[in-house]
Parts: sequence; C-alpha cells; structure tokens
Amino acid sequence: MTVDSSPVKFTPALPGKPVPEIATISGGRPVFRGELPDGRIVWLVSGYENVRQMIIDQRFSRALAVAPGQARQGFEMFAAGSINGMDPPEHTRLRKLVASAFTARRVEALRPRVAGIVSELIGAMAARSQPADLVAGFSLPLPAQVICEMLGVPAADTGQFHAWSDTIIGDWQRDSGEIMTALAELYGYFGALIETKRAQPADDLMSALIAARDDSDRLSEQELTVMCCTLLIGGHETTANQINLSLLLLLDHPGEVATLRADPGLIPRAVEELLRCTRLGGLPPTRVTTEDVQIGGVTIPAGEQVIPLYGTANRDPSVFSDPDRFDVTRDAASHLSFGAGVHHCLGAQLARVELQEAFRGLMGRLPGLRLAVPASELEFKPGMAIHSLRELPVLWDQP
Amino acid sequence: MSRWKISVDKNLCICSAMCVAIAPDRFVLDERQRSGPVEAEIDPDDEVRDAAASCPSEAISLVDAGTGQPVDLD
Repeated sequence: MTVDSSPVKFTPALPGKPVPEIATISGGRPVFRGELPDGRIVWLVSGYENVRQMIIDQRFSRALAVAPGQARQGFEMFAAGSINGMDPPEHTRLRKLVASAFTARRVEALRPRVAGIVSELIGAMAARSQPADLVAGFSLPLPAQVICEMLGVPAADTGQFHAWSDTIIGDWQRDSGEIMTALAELYGYFGALIETKRAQPADDLMSALIAARDDSDRLSEQELTVMCCTLLIGGHETTANQINLSLLLLLDHPGEVATLRADPGLIPRAVEELLRCTRLGGLPPTRVTTEDVQIGGVTIPAGEQVIPLYGTANRDPSVFSDPDRFDVTRDAASHLSFGAGVHHCLGAQLARVELQEAFRGLMGRLPGLRLAVPASELEFKPGMAIHSLRELPVLWDQP
Repeated sequence: MSRWKISVDKNLCICSAMCVAIAPDRFVLDERQRSGPVEAEIDPDDEVRDAAASCPSEAISLVDAGTGQPVDLD
C-alpha cells in the first residue's frame, strides 16, 4: 500500500487541555503520517493492538531514534546514553543488572516504608497552615525519598538533583546548552557519590551496581553513572506528576472519590484506572524502523520515525468499554501507560505501590481534600516531556 | 534431585523478553512476542531462577515437580 496523502498537522494537546480526536485528524486511518510542530515528519500509530504491536516489535528501534544525526530534544539527549535509548543486546545487558530490584515481589517489601513516608509527609502538611502545596509537600518528596533510599542517595540532596532533573526532562523547549550543562552536573554529582560508595559500600542499589562493575565488569564506569542518573530521574518526576494528575482527575469526579473513601480496597484498581485515563506526558519517545514494517494495514519504510499514541490505546473501545468514562471499579490493568516490551517501565511496580499508598493516605487522612484554586488557574511547566505542575494548592477539612 | 516445572502466564506476560535474555536456552517468544518455556520440566537451573525472579510482571512460575511447591526465588 502506498502513502496516499501528505502528512497531517499534528500538535500534541497542552497539559490539561482536551486531546484532539485522533480519528478525525487522521481521516480514520489507524497509522498515518503527521507533521509535528517542530517540522519533523513522523508516522503516528493509534489503537490498542497497533500500539502494542509497535512497542514490542524490536524493528522499531530506540537506539536509531537517539543516534547522532537525529533531531534530539531535551530528554532524548539524556536517553541516548541510557537504557531508554538502547536496543537489545546492549539494553538487555544493562537492564538485567537492575531488573530484579524492581519486581513486584521486591517492591512489595518496600510498601511499609512507602506507607511510612506517606504518613510522615501528610503529618507534616497537616501541621502547617492551609492551603498547602501538594507538589512541594507530598507528590514530589514521596517518590524522591523512596528512590533515594533505594539507590543510597542522601535525601538531603533532593532539592539539588530535582533542579537538574527538571532541566533535563521538564522542558523540551529549553536551550539544549542548559540541558547539557545540567546533565554534566548530574553526572559529576553521581561520579563523586559513586567514589564515596565504592570506598564505603552499603546495602543499596548503587553499591550493588558498583559491585557489578568492579567484581565482574558487567558495565562500564560511564554506564554505571548513567544508570544511577536514569533510576533517579525516572523515579521521581514521573510518579510525582502521576500523583498530581490523578488527584486532579479524581477531584473532578466526586462520586468516584466517595466510592473510594467508602471502600479503600478499590485503591489498587483505581490506580490502574487513573493510569489509563491521565495523560502524563506529551509526545512519547520516537522509534525508528530498522526495515520496512507492516502495521495497521500500511507499510512503514525503513528509517522512518514512528510515535505510538498511547492515549488511543488506553481509550480503545475494543479493549475498554465506554472508554471515556472514568470508573474506579473498572479492571483497567491492561492499559499501556507503562509501555510493553523491552522498554516496559522498569519502575512500574514501584510506581504502583507509591500511587496506591499515596491515595490510601490522601483519601484516608485528608477528609474533604479539594483544590484551593480553580483548576483552570493551575500552571504547568512549559515543555512536552512530562506534564509537570508548578504547584497544586489544596485544602481539606480540619478534623 | 527434584526437577522443576516452568510455566508462563501469557496473560501476565508484557513481552519484556527479560527471561529470554537471562536464560536464552530455556525460554522462547511466540509470534506475539509472549514468552513460554522451551521445556516445561527441567533440572534445577540458576539462570531459570534468575529469569523468574527478574520477570517484571511475575508471569513465570517455577515449582518443584516432586512436591508442587514454589521454588524459592531468592
């Protein structure tokens, strides 16, 4: 089948704004060519089966997408050296080293500690005057504290590495020089921390990775540094904003909040539905075809940039009935928000535990939790990587 | 020594291919990239234990063929 028409203009919706109806834009074609705001011509893949097929098929390469010569913005410069921007077998060699630390079984053992951090943070917020900024007081420090403890990074440095992380993945429109500077500083920070840990190993993931390097040469010093940065960055901005966006969606549906408060046993299920319905990122990472690939009834030639539209997968009516309805009692666990295939989110199980404990705490301990300003006044940071709220002022009923 | 039974729940499998990477002789992907065992019953094998322990969706089940008890993954 030949490409029958010129690319359609495709502008990802801004955070908090309605997503354009893909079928209308594409003229009903599940796989179509689009022209992005930055002028790139890409293939866009929609629908559950097509998106899933694409992200598990290794002929759609992340390594080619971040290779020198490709247009690389923001996060992609960072991804280029990390497992996110690698294909098997390099990807596999590195991911194997950390995979067992993030399985559901291992993460479940961290649940009491996660719940403890949730409790401390809510206690500290409740002790101060209202309104409180949930971003600074809860949604950011929770995942930051958890990943710091897993890795063995001093939690006191949170503010510093958050500033770097914000520069690197928060804003794709930022000057690339600023991003490279932040990356260099973050690598420097971890380089020094690795030396400290090397001299004094502890029972943490960073020490385990150092041992994998020093004892059996399973990764290079550069790979070790980048892996630590990847885990740190991947581990907090994402979860923090998933908490924010989930809460916004919940507060827009008081009936669902009442259902959850009445039956906290529904929280794990609600978290999956929140993951399905929220839109954490703008444009997902690009992949590049290694050869001609047939998908959704068309042939994408080798060497083309391709982007999966996860929102269309998560709202595919053939998989999720009445997909635009938000329903915390729905079984939504087959959503693709964590991806699938070799790049399936390494921290997915950890994020689930953090989100479950976060909402157990917020619903259980802050009755009447509500926004302190109209939702329309909330500001997102500029950029397209993660829909990141500057502040989330909230109020609740004093007991 | 007792043998192990391997099974993979294809509904849980998210096609991370971690098992194939860790124990390439023991797991194979089907045409939909979902994993399954090459042989359903094997002699104890540390690589298979690693693969089961590292599966992100815990889709791999490993039991003692004699007793039917789950194999300790730690």
